[in-house]
Amino acid sequence: METLLALLFGLLLAAACYLLLARSLPRVIIGLLLLGNAANLAIIAAGRVAGTAPPLVERGAQALAAGASNPLPQALVLTAIVISFALTAFVMVLAWATWRSEATLDPEALRRAEPAALPSTDKQEAAEAEARP
Amino acid sequence: MPDSLILRASASYVLWAGLALSVFVLLRGHNEPGGGFIGGLIGALGFVFHALARGPAETRRVLRLDPLAWGGSGLLLATASGLPALLLHAEPLLTHQWIDGLPIGTAIPFDIGVYLVVLGFALAFVLPFLGEESA
Amino acid sequence: MIAARADWLLALPVLIPLLACALSAALRGRPLVQRAVTATAAAAMLVSGAALVAEVLGRGVIASQMGDWPAPFGITMVADLFAAAMVAITALIYAATAAYAPADAGMRAQEALWHPLLAALVLGVAGAFLAGDLFNLYVWFEVMLIASFGLLVLGGGREQLDAAVKYAVLNLMATTVFLIAVGLVYGLTGTLNLADMARRMPQVPNQGAAAAVAFLLLAAFGAKAAVFPLFFWLPASYHTAIAPVAAIFAGLLTKVGVYAMIRLVTLVFPAGQDWMAPLLWAVAAGTMVVGVLGAAAHWDIRRILSFHIISQIGYMIVGLAVATPFAIAGAVLYIIHHIMVKANLFLVAGAIRRAGGSFSLAALGGLWRRDPWLGILFAIAALSLAGLPPLSGFWAKFMVVKSGFDAGWYALAAVALGTGILTLYSMLKIWIEAFWKEPPEGAAVVALAGRERWLLLGPVAALALVTLGIGLWAEPFAAYALAAGEQLAGREAYIAAVLGARP
Repeated sequence: METLLALLFGLLLAAACYLLLARSLPRVIIGLLLLGNAANLAIIAAGRVAGTAPPLVERGAQALAAGASNPLPQALVLTAIVISFALTAFVMVLAWATWRSEATLDPEALRRAEPAALPSTDKQEAAEAEARP
Repeated sequence: MPDSLILRASASYVLWAGLALSVFVLLRGHNEPGGGFIGGLIGALGFVFHALARGPAETRRVLRLDPLAWGGSGLLLATASGLPALLLHAEPLLTHQWIDGLPIGTAIPFDIGVYLVVLGFALAFVLPFLGEESA
Repeated sequence: MIAARADWLLALPVLIPLLACALSAALRGRPLVQRAVTATAAAAMLVSGAALVAEVLGRGVIASQMGDWPAPFGITMVADLFAAAMVAITALIYAATAAYAPADAGMRAQEALWHPLLAALVLGVAGAFLAGDLFNLYVWFEVMLIASFGLLVLGGGREQLDAAVKYAVLNLMATTVFLIAVGLVYGLTGTLNLADMARRMPQVPNQGAAAAVAFLLLAAFGAKAAVFPLFFWLPASYHTAIAPVAAIFAGLLTKVGVYAMIRLVTLVFPAGQDWMAPLLWAVAAGTMVVGVLGAAAHWDIRRILSFHIISQIGYMIVGLAVATPFAIAGAVLYIIHHIMVKANLFLVAGAIRRAGGSFSLAALGGLWRRDPWLGILFAIAALSLAGLPPLSGFWAKFMVVKSGFDAGWYALAAVALGTGILTLYSMLKIWIEAFWKEPPEGAAVVALAGRERWLLLGPVAALALVTLGIGLWAEPFAAYALAAGEQLAGREAYIAAVLGARP
């Protein structure tokens, strides 16, 4: 089971890397989602997947019975899913707003914050640049 | 969004049905799957449906308070639910104090707080992007 | 029964901004009430930060188990000298930016959102400094991250949107890598509590996997700290935010990454695996050089300052790479100094923009004649950044460079000194262009006057005074940093405070 999960983790990670390198924001967002799911899988796989019984301590007992599942990774993953849900929603809204204002979703074409050419310090050149349409 | 009579007419029923379901899920979460987070999301869905059908301005009127204010109140309630443990038992932020003799603990206000936080902040986030405000 | 003092002191730095966030969100639409909430919260935070420092100075490391679940099972909050100082300085920056913000021109339409988001950011930062386990650190990072997303787009301009896309995607990748590392650490050691992990890590049979996890965590924190070669999100985004947002980002966000790196390396991997020192060496040198050269190429005040954040992070990593108690003390002092000075410089940049009408050096000029006080305040912060005596930057830089020479890392120390000279060059460039040069034709002339001038320059002057204070009365601050360095390098006090004196 662990081997299978590890392979799946690798597969998700590879797909996420491929998508994150794409020049299209929606693909990047799907890549982020896959990366987040890979992380969740890593946590679940790290925390003993064999147990299936509910992790409840019997009355009078001091510890969990053998075969109980490990509740901690599940709690962690639940938290992580909620967080990645909120953040992904934010990035999707960002992408949508970007599409509306820039009419492109290609990260290479988004250069408003960092113009390709630095503004010149030479006054004459700057004036010429201003004059150009 | 095409203007559809069925959609417009059904909007408020769907909203109230969604809210009822969300409160059910919120309260049931203490013994069975469910809880504040998922309940808040279901409630937010009801309002989003309403906003799609009638426009966000109408939804804001139904909400009465600003969504952000709902979320803030929820955060306040959730925070307050952690204080009794700190004040009474020197156990900071433990959200499981029981009122003597009643099956009600501080976990309930905490979950209601979470419900309001999710509902409020989700709507504060989504409403500006729906309907004529974004056109 | 009343909660112990340690519980209160550790809970308050988180509770105060949480309540401020909730109240100011609930009171949206009443800007004056919101301002009062933020002002009260900032004042309360300053008091609780100071009390925390006093307590830690008196009693050593304190820890509190939230919900009374014993460590390493429950959520632990810990404060040692380093963490307490960071909380106090966070409170100071909170107060300064909160006082400055209402006067900032970019703020007016957005103020209803600014108050809750600012409180949420402070909440995440303070929580990250006090977190005693790795997963909680992750959660605080995310609180900080989502608040910073909101703050970054506050201006609502197209530049901010573009910047936010890059900032969001790259930071989300970094936190997801962090999360993967959290999973792997849990698989290796069976614990997420940092103190417990410190005990168990040497006994992990598969030390190769431990090294891989350490590398992943360093990469994740390094991306947060904007070290070379993971810094690209920072110069792509910081300069687009409105002035108070840029100030609090520049002061606090990257430093949380550095804090996490120092905590991880000193506590969990103190022996330093063989690859760690050379890696940190290269990262420190690369960060300093790339940052300072990037700044030299730019002619926009905010972009120059953004690149200087990166180069200054390099000095902190030098301290971590050398890793003697004295070097770590240097890094601690450097972080404290840098948070104040850098936040202050961004606030001054906002005031320069107000007075001169632009952030671009080509369009500025003649500010010295118009407002000498603005010039003096800029000069104090800028010269402190460059490390000139008698300002705080001199002592911080002195400790870091001296530790490099003491440990025989001459090349790294030389790079650090050269970076200092280039920093001075950048600061002089701003000085000459904005303050001394004749104003170019058609430059906007707005005399800062009256109430607005006090509101903008008051917080700046307060931070400048603290910088000056640390520079002139360096003894107690250096002593504090040295004690913090000893405590970090010693690490037994931290572990014992969290887990009790078990063997």
